[in-house]
Amino acid sequence: MKKKVLGFLMVLTLCLGLTGCGSTGSSDSASSAVSGKVSLNGSTSMEKFVNALSEGIKEEYPNLQLEAQFTGSGAGLEALASGTTDIGDSSRALTDEEKANGLEENVVAIDGIAMITNKSNKVTNLTQDQLSKIYTGQITNWKELGGQDEAIVVIGREAGSGTRGAFEELLKIEDQCKYAQELNETGAVLAKVAKTSGAIGYVSLDVLDDTVTAMKLDGVKPSEKTVKDGSYTLQRPFVMATKGKISKQSKQVKAVFDFVKSDAGKKIIKKVGLVTPNK
Amino acid sequence: MEKQILSVMNHKKTKSLVEKTAAMIFRGCAIVSVIAVISITGYMIISGTPAIFKEGITGILFSTTWAPTAAHPHFGIAYIILTSIVGVFLAIVIGVPIGLFTAINLAEIAPEKIRKVLKSAIELLAGIPSVVYGLLGILIVNPMMYKLELLIYKGSKTHQFTGGANLLSAIIVLAIMILPTLINISETALKAVPDDYRKSSLALGASKIQTIFKVVVPSAKSGIMSAIVLGVGRAIGEAMAILLVAGNAVSLPYPFHSVRFLTTAIVSEMGYASGLHRQVLFTIGLVLFIFIMIINLVLTYILKRGDQDE
Repeated sequence: MKKKVLGFLMVLTLCLGLTGCGSTGSSDSASSAVSGKVSLNGSTSMEKFVNALSEGIKEEYPNLQLEAQFTGSGAGLEALASGTTDIGDSSRALTDEEKANGLEENVVAIDGIAMITNKSNKVTNLTQDQLSKIYTGQITNWKELGGQDEAIVVIGREAGSGTRGAFEELLKIEDQCKYAQELNETGAVLAKVAKTSGAIGYVSLDVLDDTVTAMKLDGVKPSEKTVKDGSYTLQRPFVMATKGKISKQSKQVKAVFDFVKSDAGKKIIKKVGLVTPNK
Repeated sequence: MEKQILSVMNHKKTKSLVEKTAAMIFRGCAIVSVIAVISITGYMIISGTPAIFKEGITGILFSTTWAPTAAHPHFGIAYIILTSIVGVFLAIVIGVPIGLFTAINLAEIAPEKIRKVLKSAIELLAGIPSVVYGLLGILIVNPMMYKLELLIYKGSKTHQFTGGANLLSAIIVLAIMILPTLINISETALKAVPDDYRKSSLALGASKIQTIFKVVVPSAKSGIMSAIVLGVGRAIGEAMAILLVAGNAVSLPYPFHSVRFLTTAIVSEMGYASGLHRQVLFTIGLVLFIFIMIINLVLTYILKRGDQDE
């Protein structure tokens, strides 16, 4: 009896297995025609975005593979100019010299950083200069900025974080910051600032919520709109540079840019906390 | 009917086969943990040493500047090591008296009813995940510490305010976290003291408290020592809870400074670290590993000496 049941079960699983095989494996024929590899090289800050992209692109173009290296914006653009990579990732705008070399600046996303403070804080506007001074420890009390007499608790992210890199780079205070707390999650920064009076922190724009006050910078409120039109200055472009116009690239590279501009691509950009550019 | 008679000679062949396979399986399982230990040790050494060769032992262990992503990176973890030592030591200083007295209460003094309540409370304490301790630390300990900090450093120009995330908070959380370890092992040690000792002491006219401190505790010395050592091990390896409450800036371990422990140094930067920075994080892991090894050796030594005493 036992053996019979076992045999029946085995046949059953076999059948299920076979039908399972039959039903999968169908995919869009047009996009699966694009096959091959696209190499990307450049900014370490773009690692999260590029990795999300190479994951996501497999759904649309199953035979297209992105081979990404993260060596830094400058090195990536150099590799592009010398022809060793298809796309150069850069987390800054291209210099005139690089453009003169025939590199095309394709802004695929914008990284915006919002400054946040505790709700009880009366200061709502800072200049870039004041912000740098807070983070380098030259201003330590809110009363120096017109607020109440309260110590500033300087909160930031851990070394290696893209947000920290961008923040320090944009304010040109790399390696001079004196942090009171270094947290390794955007959410943790948000929570600490919401709980600690006198705290200031930075987070990427997309996670802003009403548990904290978003600071105006030089009078401009951070929002998707002000980031897109460029009036909010704590932002940097994510560039996927190509040698020559996109239209002149191979169909694999074109497919990558098609995907980035598609709705699925925009979803990925949003998911990793970036803003899609206007164009 | 015949089949039900139990005989050692029945199915001799299949039996010996079963015996042999069972033994093999058990042996295999035992080997798994040995292999795990050997491979972990090997892996830690292989991945932890390259950074030492590149940066030099003094550049890592005895330098105090931690700036891994700077243009000219520095990987000094002296402050981090110091923080781990100071933090764990102070947590033990706070935790041991509380833990030992609780254990004495459990083993010697408390009536059965209270004992049961206490025991289940401690078991619950042991079962709480460390991240929950961290969350409670954020909610309760950090705000209290911030108030204290504002009080102490009122008007100070030089002190950097940490918002309550500092060494003191981490020590408090650690001290509570190691309590179950301390209590359970010391209690077992106290209970293992033969009843004759107590009776003889009481018969000689000593009071109960005198008996506990002069007779029972000294006899359970090696057990209590191993409780402390295991407590140190638990505290030094803890990451999640103190990651949330300690502030994580690298600085000298003063009570109101935001500090970084060996464990949190790894956890907080592993996400985006690359190249040499990543290798140094593995080196920190190796340092932590060596600390744990030392603790284990001390523990074995204590247990061995305890055996010889008896």
